[in-house]
Amino acid sequence: MKRITLDQLNRAKSAKETTVLLTDLKSGEQELVYPQRPDADHPLLDILKSAVRDDKSYVHATENSETFIQVFNPPLRLIIVGAVHISQFLVPMAQSAGYEVILIDPRSAFGNKTRFPNCNITNEWPDEAMEVLKPDHRTAVVLLTHDPKLDDPALVASLQSDAFYIGALGSKRTHAKRLDRLKNLNNLERIEGPIGLDIGAKNPAEIAVSILASITKDLRHGDRT
Amino acid sequence: MIEPQVSETSAEDLLKTAARWLDEGRQVALATVIKTWGSSPRQAGSIMIIDQNMTMLGSVSGGCIEGAVIQEALEIMDHGKAGILEFGVDDEQAWDVGLACGGTIQVYVERLEAA
Repeated sequence: MKRITLDQLNRAKSAKETTVLLTDLKSGEQELVYPQRPDADHPLLDILKSAVRDDKSYVHATENSETFIQVFNPPLRLIIVGAVHISQFLVPMAQSAGYEVILIDPRSAFGNKTRFPNCNITNEWPDEAMEVLKPDHRTAVVLLTHDPKLDDPALVASLQSDAFYIGALGSKRTHAKRLDRLKNLNNLERIEGPIGLDIGAKNPAEIAVSILASITKDLRHGDRT
Repeated sequence: MIEPQVSETSAEDLLKTAARWLDEGRQVALATVIKTWGSSPRQAGSIMIIDQNMTMLGSVSGGCIEGAVIQEALEIMDHGKAGILEFGVDDEQAWDVGLACGGTIQVYVERLEAA
């Protein structure tokens, strides 16, 4: 591997940008592709994008060549707005499933180290926090406050991002009101509401299971839409 | 079989370490799992870095083949021609030593160029 390729891989890691390294196994030639960039252009782009989505590296064989497709994805993240009861179950579950979890709640009576000892917490306003966190295609965003003045700014920021999952807590009626408030925005169908897979969840722990199940489904099976 | 301690450091962190090693003037080889069959403990894409003093970080198996990979890596550091290594544990042998990992694994080993 050329030094320049190694340096490019390391720069992408620092910038949390997805890269795919292609190695021709016969000649040893290597090429670096950035499939998430809007101007990405490559004969194998579709294949590379699905490898990125599946987070799967493998040998792509054609009649006269063998190419190792190696995916370097940034880590999975879950951003939760609302340090509520459900979050107390969702945080450790998501961490077990490999997510770095970030909790946003400006109400320090909710979002504090006593209630959430092992989690990154920010007490900033959601839109300010989201600006710093910059959700990417490996990020899920979950809104659990029930409070439009907290949830809505985070929703607006999420819809402008590449987040692979956006879910908002609330009944069908609450969600309809939410969609009405946000009706000037595009891609509202990206929001899952009511949140979570329908598994008949009743208590906060079960709701956390249904949310993580839905996130997993979008991560592994792709877009709901 | 006693398994050596294998690092779970993520692939990219290892590449940052590899760059540092190169800056320090060490010779460095990169070993990458490219294919697995059967039950292998490390997926395709797992990497290990090796320097000329056989310092290794990362892993390409649960510790079963690292020794052999290091030997090859030393040669590849020398002549610079990348190669594919294949390792297998056939089922019978696996049963004999009581190993569940009756897998086959292909590892691509290449030299990291200093410039």
